[in-house]
Amino acid sequence: MTDFTTPPYLLLERSSVRRVMLQVLAALLPGIAAYVWLIGPIILVQLAIATLAALAGEALMLGVRRQPRGLFLTDGSAIVTAWLIALAFPPMAPWWLIVVGTLFAIVVAKHLYGGLGQNPFNPAMVAFAACIVSFPALMSQWPALGLTLTLTLSEQLQIIAGLASRVDVMSGATPLDALKTALKLGDGELDVPTLLATQEVFGHFAGRGWEWVTSGYLLGGLWLWQRRIIAWHAPLGFIAGLSLLAGVLWLWQPQQFASPLFHLFSGGTLLGAFFIVTDPVSGCTTPKGKLIFGFSAGLLAYTIRVFGGYPDGVAFAVLLLNLCVPLIDMYSQPPIFGLKNEK
Amino acid sequence: MMIRDEFRQIRDNGVWHQNTSLVQILGLCPLLAVTTNLVNGVMLSLATIIVMAISNAAVSSLRNLIPHEIRIPVFILIVAALVTVVDLIFNAQFHDLYLVLGIFIPLIVTNCIVLARVEAFANKNPLLQSTLDGVFMGVGMLWTLALLGGLRELIGGGTLFSGIDMVFPALQQLQLLPADYPGFLLAILPPGAFILLGCLIAWKNWVEARAAARSPGRPPMPSAAVTDGA
Repeated sequence: MTDFTTPPYLLLERSSVRRVMLQVLAALLPGIAAYVWLIGPIILVQLAIATLAALAGEALMLGVRRQPRGLFLTDGSAIVTAWLIALAFPPMAPWWLIVVGTLFAIVVAKHLYGGLGQNPFNPAMVAFAACIVSFPALMSQWPALGLTLTLTLSEQLQIIAGLASRVDVMSGATPLDALKTALKLGDGELDVPTLLATQEVFGHFAGRGWEWVTSGYLLGGLWLWQRRIIAWHAPLGFIAGLSLLAGVLWLWQPQQFASPLFHLFSGGTLLGAFFIVTDPVSGCTTPKGKLIFGFSAGLLAYTIRVFGGYPDGVAFAVLLLNLCVPLIDMYSQPPIFGLKNEK
Repeated sequence: MMIRDEFRQIRDNGVWHQNTSLVQILGLCPLLAVTTNLVNGVMLSLATIIVMAISNAAVSSLRNLIPHEIRIPVFILIVAALVTVVDLIFNAQFHDLYLVLGIFIPLIVTNCIVLARVEAFANKNPLLQSTLDGVFMGVGMLWTLALLGGLRELIGGGTLFSGIDMVFPALQQLQLLPADYPGFLLAILPPGAFILLGCLIAWKNWVEARAAARSPGRPPMPSAAVTDGA
């Protein structure tokens, strides 16, 4: 159907949100493929639950706000939020946790602030922060190693649906959490290299299995950069900030702190670097600002992750930096073309 | 003697048009800290109502004797004396609740609502009107804090009236949602209070906008809190 009444540049604009979102979704596929292969196909169920919840919440709020449903429901932004939530939450999270998180992201973090393009905070990270503050136990229950592979899919579905007991089987922790807890319990007698070599939860250079999932995110992120969907400033700044702090502490006390490589491929680092801090809405807009934004978020994410009480720090770091975005943008305006930057 | 319209205006202003929590946005500190459940919110509001009614009455009676230049210290002295009385009564009668509410009962002295009404209304109006203004401003605070406390308690823990046994030992809390309800802890935490208060303010504005749209001939009541210097 050709629309002759709309000027061509508007047609291009309208479809470009959808095109960008579709490419972001495509860039998540390598990570999802590794997730399915190494952790289990259960993630596909979680992705479907999150997508349905996001579209339902989006349709509801668009109706309440009397905005065109056809235009905004198909732009894919809600699905990107939903997928990021499903990938950031524990794979065996009960279905209602995913639904609550997704609805909170869409209804509160996105539409109460004015909808697409208006939200000061990254919706997926708001959902993560709200859920980990409200349900710390459920959000920290990661499957013990190999569990999702040994349980049949129907047993996994029963756990998600809340029909089967989750008490005994869900004793695992993320590799980051396992490292932190072991160091705390070891009280100085255990050191990081020994732990990484002996404990089953760790693989070649990060968490077993998870290291390849995060490598998939890296691959997708690089593709997005190559397609010019995202700029290099924010991801590089984020990775640099996190690696710098991790590297300094690692060189200072290699027995007490894991290597930057471990931290890069653990938790939400790479998902955050390429899919969260690159958010064009809640992130900075100027190139220099993006670099500052990413770098500060990286420093903060490492600090919260290693010295804080929560399993990972990416969500809190990004939300805190989202607050600083107007300030950073104000002080990082590039000089106007043709004028000298007056100092 | 006061006319019926005046009474109605004082009542509507206190309960709705100049609601302390939803329009004037005063007294946020107790509002955020105390409304983790319905009983706490109601009991703190009751304490505030007592203080506001008596302090408004006292200031209104003495308004011609208080030198204008030092009126604020005098108001504070009157309010502080009343709060001390209420504090002692709570400590004697509802000791467990007193421990829960803690510092927020003495802090009624510094609550902007009390001083705002004393300064803006009681200092300029006769005894009866001032007393009613104190009561109805307090009632406005009461229903808002009760609603907010009830919502936070229900969403956060699935119960209602928890801690009612501290006021009436014979009564028990209501478990409205199933016992295995995991509890949306965020609602109990301070951010939940901010989010829900924002929703309540939006709801009030929506109600007024709809009412104004339905009766286009009559202009809506001005709900400007700034007019009385609060």
